[in-house]
Amino acid sequence: MQGGGLRPRKEADVNIIACVKQVPDTETLIKVKPDGSGIIEDGIKWVMNPYDEFGVEEALRLKEKLGGDVTIVCVGPARAMETIRTALAMGAEKGVQIDDPSLYGADAYATAAALAAVIKGLPHDIIFCGQRAIDGDAGQVGSILAELLGIPSVTLVTKLEIADKKAKAVKAIEGATVTIETSLPCVITAQKGLNEPRYASLPGIMKAKKKPVDVKNAAALGITAEPKAKVAKTIPPPARPPGKIIEGDDPALKAQTLVKLLREEAKVI
Amino acid sequence: MAKGVWIVAELRDGAYRKVSFEIASAARKLADQLGDEVCAVVCGSGVEGKAAELGKYGVDRVYVADNPALEPYTTDAHAAAVAKIVKEKDPAILLLAASVQGKDLSARLVGKLATGLATDCTDLKIDGGKLVAVRPMYAGKCFGEVVTSSFPQMATLRPNVFAIVESAKAGAAEKYDPGLDPAQLKTKVADIQKDVSGKIELTEANIIVSGGRGMKGPENFPILEELAKVLGAAVGASRAAVDAGWRPQVDQVGQTGKTVSPNLYIACGISGAIQHLAGMSSSKFIVAVNKDPEAPIFQRADYGIVDDLFKVVPEVTAAAKKLLA
Repeated sequence: MQGGGLRPRKEADVNIIACVKQVPDTETLIKVKPDGSGIIEDGIKWVMNPYDEFGVEEALRLKEKLGGDVTIVCVGPARAMETIRTALAMGAEKGVQIDDPSLYGADAYATAAALAAVIKGLPHDIIFCGQRAIDGDAGQVGSILAELLGIPSVTLVTKLEIADKKAKAVKAIEGATVTIETSLPCVITAQKGLNEPRYASLPGIMKAKKKPVDVKNAAALGITAEPKAKVAKTIPPPARPPGKIIEGDDPALKAQTLVKLLREEAKVI
Repeated sequence: MAKGVWIVAELRDGAYRKVSFEIASAARKLADQLGDEVCAVVCGSGVEGKAAELGKYGVDRVYVADNPALEPYTTDAHAAAVAKIVKEKDPAILLLAASVQGKDLSARLVGKLATGLATDCTDLKIDGGKLVAVRPMYAGKCFGEVVTSSFPQMATLRPNVFAIVESAKAGAAEKYDPGLDPAQLKTKVADIQKDVSGKIELTEANIIVSGGRGMKGPENFPILEELAKVLGAAVGASRAAVDAGWRPQVDQVGQTGKTVSPNLYIACGISGAIQHLAGMSSSKFIVAVNKDPEAPIFQRADYGIVDDLFKVVPEVTAAAKKLLA
């Protein structure tokens, strides 16, 4: 049965998952709580993790090329619904939100276990994650998720081709560019350069409001979030001593003074 | 009872990458505090003779997995090979490089070993017999002290941060069978294109010369490249310069690019947006050249020159050339 404007599924259709996280915008000034228990969240502007945007965009392009649908999966509190809606407005079909207090600030393992619990129950040919989230910067979730699902992973992907049930992915390593081939299903973690994410259109935003999003908690998924790694203390970055402005009118003289200071005072050249 | 400080040493084209000696030295320091030994895992093909070299940096024992399927690196083969020996020997601590390979491998190992991992650490301590791993979060806008409740306690170490310390240990090789099942290996390397430009990798560079919007266009970056050549530096860029298409994405320093910790970071025509400062504030010395005296970069700089970078930078190049000649 089809309805609601959905077209009939074809045998060749690809089941695509894109995992997203809501994070503070890159321009956010991060303030640490005085007791070191975390960061102060007041006044933070929350956005979709930029690397996840590349993942969502690639998922949509793949769907547009091969046919299929895109499901957004997100671990996060109530506010994260906005990020799921953003992905739906970009063009994804449906979403699953995993909202459970035991997962707030969870480590990569617990987050990946929650994502795996949802994705195991969904048809999946290819799963996109951002290569890392720009809050915790761990860069682990995609790889752990792949391991828990027993499928291969390719991280830091900047170019992707899917053909004959295989993925061909390009990534940069130190001093070289590597092309990796892998079977499907697989996890791809998106690096900047993969694509240029689209903006949600106004009709897209209107449609997104009506797209289905399931909200599940840990009990419903039958998981217990037990973080393995804990941030015991959050600390501000070390303060830098005040710097020196090299005064003067002559660029050449100032340049010579700088080079002298770098050699004799800083001892770095 | 989990015991021993372990590292996974990283080889490229048959030679250790420098960061492998950094993590070996860091492991030695931890092991000395714990009264433990340092073991390394080396995976590759034709690598049996590579063990002893690690002894020079404090490694007591080297577990060698020598198998054609381990060269070149693939995630699934290396993860299977390392997980096998780690499960068998049960180390307390496992350190890897926060390199592209080390980050890829370590995260996959977390899944296999069901443990915790602190990524891209800049400091390691022992407190009450447990590892406390210090790492930047939010690209360095704050730091976290990470404690892992399971074993092994894993951490990847940022290249160029931990000092290489020589201490003669045996580096005794012990070969093991990685037990690779070809049916389980689903990824293969189809192609490797080496960068032959001789470019220095940003995350491993001792000195970085970086350009931003003030460079005005891609045609002006050669003046930074000339300075970089004289200093043996890598050339980086701000997001503004990358998004404008002036520089490749791999050159971007900042929260959506690379986080770097060189000895010297020279920011030219970079105003210092929060997301850029986050990526380079852990540099040991920072120089800013910008004609806007109000640019936020000056608040982080050890040395600042308020002037036209197009006049200053070539003079810095000339002065450095003279000094280093």
